[in-house]
Amino acid sequence: MTVGEARGIEVEGLVRKFKGGVTAVDGIDLRVEAGEIYGFLGPNGAGKSTTFLMLTTLLPPTSGTARVAGYDIVKEGQNVRASIGAALQEAALDPFLTGREHVRLQAALQGLSRGERKKRGDELLERVGLSDAADRKIRGYSGGMKRRLDLALALVHSPRILFLDEPTTGLDPQSRAALWDEVGRLARDDGVTVFLTTQYLEEADVLSDRVGIIDRGRIVAEDTPAALKAGIGRPSVAATPANRDDLGAVKRVLEQFGEEVSAPSGSAAVRLKDGDVNLTDVVRALDKQDLNISGLELNEPSLDDVYLAKTGRKLEGAAEEEAGEDGS
Amino acid sequence: MSSMVLTQMASLSRRSVLRVFRQPEVIVPALLFPLLIYGFQAAGLGSATKIPGFPTDSYISFLLAFPLVQGSLFSAVAAGTDLAKDIETGFLNRLSLTPMRPTALLAGSLVGVVALGFLQSVVFLTVGIIFGVQIQAGFLGALVLIVLTMLTALGFGGIGAILALWTGSGEAVQGIFPLLLVSFFLSSILLPRDLIQTDWFRTIATYNPISYLVEGIRSLIITGWDGHALLLGFLVAGGLAIVGISGAALSLKGRLGRT
Repeated sequence: MTVGEARGIEVEGLVRKFKGGVTAVDGIDLRVEAGEIYGFLGPNGAGKSTTFLMLTTLLPPTSGTARVAGYDIVKEGQNVRASIGAALQEAALDPFLTGREHVRLQAALQGLSRGERKKRGDELLERVGLSDAADRKIRGYSGGMKRRLDLALALVHSPRILFLDEPTTGLDPQSRAALWDEVGRLARDDGVTVFLTTQYLEEADVLSDRVGIIDRGRIVAEDTPAALKAGIGRPSVAATPANRDDLGAVKRVLEQFGEEVSAPSGSAAVRLKDGDVNLTDVVRALDKQDLNISGLELNEPSLDDVYLAKTGRKLEGAAEEEAGEDGS
Repeated sequence: MSSMVLTQMASLSRRSVLRVFRQPEVIVPALLFPLLIYGFQAAGLGSATKIPGFPTDSYISFLLAFPLVQGSLFSAVAAGTDLAKDIETGFLNRLSLTPMRPTALLAGSLVGVVALGFLQSVVFLTVGIIFGVQIQAGFLGALVLIVLTMLTALGFGGIGAILALWTGSGEAVQGIFPLLLVSFFLSSILLPRDLIQTDWFRTIATYNPISYLVEGIRSLIITGWDGHALLLGFLVAGGLAIVGISGAALSLKGRLGRT
C-alpha cells in the first residue's frame, strides 16, 4: 500500500438501490488524493449522504467497489473505520453528557489509554475552542458549538481521512468560517484527506481543492473549482447607469458584447461572447456613447453556473424539484 | 474478554448510568408511580387478607412485590426509549464508526437499567419497611430480593432494547408499556392464584410467567426461605434476561448494518 493509497479514496461504479426501486447512487467513480479536500456538491436528495454512508461503511453498496485508506469498504470495514474520522449530517450528541464526557467516551471507544484520553481530549477541546464549555451539558450548546465538538470527536484517534457530511448546515456565517478554517488547517498542516459533502456553493468553492458535482445519483462534473468554472467559460458583465433613464442605451451597448442575462433592478448585464472581449472594450463602448456609469462588474462563472450548464437546472431549487418529482 | 472490550463496556455503562440519573423525568415516575399504585391498592384491598386461606394477614407485605416488578417494567421502557433515542439522533451511527463491540454497547445500555432497578428496589423496600412490612427471610433475604429484582429489570430492559432496535422509535417502545402492564395484572400480583375464583383468570395467571416472578419475590417477604418459589422466580427472571439479552444482541447486529 503506498502512502497515497493509505490516505486516499478510490471509488468505481458505486451503486446503492433502496427498497422500492429508488436508486440513490447510480454508478459513481471518483478518486480523492492524499491531503486533498474533496467537495461533494449537490442538492438535497442528489445522493451525497448515501455515498457518504457507504464510504464510511455504515451502508453496504448494492454494487461497485470503493477503497478508503487502501481498504475495501465491504470486506475490510473495520480497517476503514480505524482509519477515518466522520462527522455525520446531524451532530449526533447525547444531550445529557458534557463536551468533555463525549470526548472521553469517544477516546475510550477508540482504544486510547486513560492518560491519552485526558491529554487528547483536552487538546482537542482547546483546538475547537470549547475548553471553557467543556463541562457544560450538550443541551446548552449552540449549533456551532455542537458542530465543533462533532469535529473534535471525529479527530480523537488522529484519523488519516476525515469525512464531513454537510458540516456547516444551519450554522451562522461566523461559525461556518471558523469551521472552514479548522478543516483547511487540518488538510494543510496535518495532511488529513477531507471528503466533504455540501449543498453550499461557496463552501465547495472556498474550501475544496477539487469538487465533484452529483445530480440524481451521478457525478456530472469533477475538477478544481477554477477549472470547472473555466470549463463553461464566458464571464458576465453588469453595468449600472448613473441616470436610470440611460438603462435602455446601456443595454444596447452591452448587447454588442454578448447575450442579455438577468441583472439587478437598475442594471443591465450580458454573458460575454467567446473571444477576447475584456472590460476595457466595454468601458470604451459605453464612453463612446457618453453614458455615465455608476457601477461596472465583471462576474466570473460560479459553481451554480456549472451546475446549470451540466444539468439544465439551478442548484438552488433543484432539491425542491427533486422532492416534487418524488412526490408525483 | 479483551481489555479494550472491558474499557468500552465500562465507558458505555458509565454513560448509561449518567443518562438515567441526569433525567429526573425518568427517575421520578419510575419511583413515584409504582409507589402511588402500591399505596392505593394496599389501602383499598387490605380486607383481602380476611379471605380464608390468604397466606398473610398483612396485605401491604403481600403487595410489596407489586412496585418491585412494576418498577422493572418502567426499566424496560426506559432502556428501550434511551436506545431508540440513540438510533433516532444518529448517536448509534457515531458509536458504529468506532471499533465498539456490540456486546459492549448492549451491556453498557443495560447497566443503567440495572442501576435504576437497584435504586427502585432499595427505595420500595425501605418504604415498605417504614410502613410495617417485615421481610420474613431477614436481611439476607432482602439482599436476594434486590438481586432478583435487578435480574428482572435486566430481562425487561433486554425486551425494551429489542423493541427499540426493531422499531428505532421511542414512541413504539412506550406503546408497548400498556401491554406489559396488562400481562402484569393478569398474574397473581393482587391475589394468590389458588384464591382467584374466576376460572379464565386463574388459568391465564397460571400460565403467565410473571406470576412465578411475583411469587418468588413475595415468598421472601411473607414466607421466608421457600426454595421452590425462589427457584421458579429466578428461573423466570433468568430466562427473561437470557431471551432479552440474546434477542437484543441479534437485533443489534441487524440494526448496526455496518460492513
